[in-house]
Amino acid sequence: MSSNLQLIIKREFISRVRNRTFVVMTFLSPLIVVGMIGLIGWLTTLNSDEVKEVVVVDETKLFIGDFENTKEVAYLDYSSFDLDVAKDSVISKKLYGLLYIPNKTSNNDLAKSIQFYAEESPNFSVLNKIERIISNKLTEQNYKNEGLNLEVIERSKAKINIQIENFSGEKTSKISNYVKMGFGGLAGYLLMMFIIIYGNMVMRSVIEEKTNRIIEIIISSVKPMQLMLGKILGTSFAGILQFLIWVFLGGIIMMIGYGIFGSSLEANTLEEATKLLEANHEGMMANIGEFFLEVSKLPMLELVLSFFIYFVGGYFLYSAIYAAIGAAVDSETDSQQFMLPIILPLMLGIYVGFFAVIENPHGTVSTVFSMIPLTSPIVMLMRIPFGVPWWQILVSISLLIGSIIFMVWFAGKIYRIGILMYGKKPSYKELFKWLKY
Amino acid sequence: MSNLLEVQEASKRFGDFIALNNVSVTVPKGSIFGLLGPNGAGKTTLIRIINQITLPDTGKVFLDGDPLQSHHIKDIGYLPEERGLYKSMKVGEQALYLAQLKGLSKKEAKERLKYWFDKFDISHWWNKKIQELSKGMAQKVQFIVTVLHRPKLLIFDEPFSGFDPINANVIKDEILQLRDEGATVIFSTHRMESVEELCDHIALIHKSNKILEGKVSDIKKAYKSNTFEVGLLSDNMLELEKTLQNKFNTEPANFKAIDEQLKLKISLDKQVAPNELLSFLTERAQVVRFNEVIPSVNEIFIKTITENE
Repeated sequence: MSSNLQLIIKREFISRVRNRTFVVMTFLSPLIVVGMIGLIGWLTTLNSDEVKEVVVVDETKLFIGDFENTKEVAYLDYSSFDLDVAKDSVISKKLYGLLYIPNKTSNNDLAKSIQFYAEESPNFSVLNKIERIISNKLTEQNYKNEGLNLEVIERSKAKINIQIENFSGEKTSKISNYVKMGFGGLAGYLLMMFIIIYGNMVMRSVIEEKTNRIIEIIISSVKPMQLMLGKILGTSFAGILQFLIWVFLGGIIMMIGYGIFGSSLEANTLEEATKLLEANHEGMMANIGEFFLEVSKLPMLELVLSFFIYFVGGYFLYSAIYAAIGAAVDSETDSQQFMLPIILPLMLGIYVGFFAVIENPHGTVSTVFSMIPLTSPIVMLMRIPFGVPWWQILVSISLLIGSIIFMVWFAGKIYRIGILMYGKKPSYKELFKWLKY
Repeated sequence: MSNLLEVQEASKRFGDFIALNNVSVTVPKGSIFGLLGPNGAGKTTLIRIINQITLPDTGKVFLDGDPLQSHHIKDIGYLPEERGLYKSMKVGEQALYLAQLKGLSKKEAKERLKYWFDKFDISHWWNKKIQELSKGMAQKVQFIVTVLHRPKLLIFDEPFSGFDPINANVIKDEILQLRDEGATVIFSTHRMESVEELCDHIALIHKSNKILEGKVSDIKKAYKSNTFEVGLLSDNMLELEKTLQNKFNTEPANFKAIDEQLKLKISLDKQVAPNELLSFLTERAQVVRFNEVIPSVNEIFIKTITENE
C-alpha cells in the first residue's frame, strides 16, 4: 500500500509541475523580481535627477554661505529681496519652495521662527538637510556665545559602538543584531509565503478532485489519509523544486547583472555606503566587511537545520488544515469562510516576529509564541539567529510534531467525510460533528 | 463457498440520521445482483461499506468467506454514481495511474489497457485530455478502469447513465461477458428495465432497511396473483364480457393486437387452476391470447415501497 502513496505523490508532483501557471511562475518570477528591482532603481535615479530649486530669504545673512548646492537641491539666494517679492517669484517661476529665515534678536527665537513655503508638502530629506545645516550653525554660535572653543568640542566628541559579548565569549554588536534580524525576518517571511502559496495549491487540488467527481473512484483504491498525505507531500516537492529553480535562476541573473552593470554598481554602492556613514550620527560603522563577518559568525548549521525542520513542520501543519478545508467545501469561493484559522495565526506569527522578537528576542511574548505550534515555526525561525536555549527549541519542536500528528488526524477525519459530501456548505458546527462519524 | 459477498447486519448512522439499519445481504457467486431502492434509501452507504470507504458501526462483511480487509480492495471494481476523471490529465496516463492504484504493475496495466482500448476502438484517445472528450467517452474510460484489474466483485452504480442506447448496449454486453468469465456483479440502478434484463437476484432497500431480497424468479412467483391476460374473439362480445364479469374478477386489459377482440385481465383465486379458466373460455369463444401476468420488477418495487410507507 505504501507504493500507492508513492504513486499519489508522483501524480501530484507531476500535475503540479506540468501546470502551465507553475511553469510560467517558475521561470518568469525571477525575471519579474529582477525587473522590478531594476525599474525601482531606475525610477529613483530618474526622480533624484530633477534638481529642486529652493529660494532662500535669509534676513540674518548668517546662513546663506552654508547652503551648498547638491545634486538634488539648488539654493538661490534671494536675501536681498522682500519676502513677498520672493514668494511671487517662486510661484511664477514654479520653483520647489522658499526658505525664510527672519531676523531675530535671540537664537532661541530664531530657531522657532524659520519657515518653509511650498506648493506641495516638501520632501523630508530636503527639509532634514536644511534643518541640519541651520541647527549646526546655531549650535556652533551658541557654543561661541557661551565662550566655548569649537575645536575642543570637536576633539572631545566620543564615537561609541558598544561591543556585546555573551558569556561563552562570542562577540556581537549592533550590526550583528541587524544581520540576525534580517536572517530571521527573511526566513519567517519566506515560510509564510510558502505556506500560503502551496497550502492553497493543496486545497485547490482537493477541490478539483471533488468537483471532477474522481474522488470516489480514487478512494475505492486508497485510504483517504493516504490520498491526503500524498497530496501534501507531492505538492511540497513541487514547491521545493520551484524554490531551488528560483535560487538557481536568481544566482545566474545576479551574476549576469553584475557582469553588465558591475562597475557602475560598485561605484554606486560605494557612494551609498559613504553617504550612509556620513548620515550616521551615532557613529555606527556601516561596514560591508563587518556585515559579512557577522554573517559568517551566525550558527549556520543550526540555522539551516532549524530552518528545515520548522519549514517542513509549519508547512505540514498548515497544509493539513488547507486539505481539510478543501474537502469541506465545493468551490474555492466557499473556502473563504474557513480561511480565518489559517490567516490569523500566520499574521500573528509575523507581527509577533517583527515587533516582539526584534524588540526583545527572549522576552515572554517571543518565548511563548515560539512555543505555540501554529505560530512557532515563524516566531522561532526569527528567534533562532539570536541564540535560543536548546531546551526551548526541543520543547517547541516536540509541540510542533505533536500538533502535526493531531492536525493530520483531525484533518483526515474531516477530509474523509468532506470529500464525499457534495452541494453542502458546512458550518464549523457540522465539521465537528463529522469528527464523530 | 457459493456466496461471494455476505453483509451481516450492517448498521451505520451519521449523527442522528440512521443510514443503514441492520441490513444483511447475500450475493451468490457469479450472479448479477440488483441493489434497488429509492433515492436516499441507503444503497450508496451500503456500497461504500463494501468498498471500505465507510466503516459500519456494527455488522460484518465477508468477501469470499474472509472478513473484509484492506487487501480486498484489489478484488473489487467500483464504478460510483458520482464519477469523473482528472480533466487536465491525459486519458492514457490517467488510466495507468488508476490501474496502478489497484495494484497492477505498469507493464501489466499497459497491456490490458491496450486490449480494452482496441476493443472499444478508442486507442486514438490515449493522448487526449479528458476535457476534450464527451461525457459518454469519459464513461467508457471509467468503465475500463473499473474492470481492468479483473476483480472478483464488480459494483456498478447507475452504469448506463450518460451512454447513448448503442453504447449502453455495448456496456451491457461487456457486463454479461464479465459475469460469464466468473465475475460477480452488483448493480445499483433506477432503470428497472435493465434490472429486468440483467439481474438474477435483487435486494430492495427502503428507508435504511432491507425489505426484500432473493432470486428474481422466486420473488416474482411470490408476487404473482394468478392473473391472466386474455384476448377473445366472439360474435357477441358484449354478452361474453358480461358473463365473464359475473363469473370472474375482471378488468380491462391493454395490449396490442391486430384485429378487434375482447381484451381482459382475469384474476383467479389461488386454488383455481388456469386450465379451468381456459376450458371455460374455449367453450364460449376463440381464445387468441392467453398468458399469465407476471409482475415486473418495477411493479414489485412500487408495490413493496408503498406497502412499507
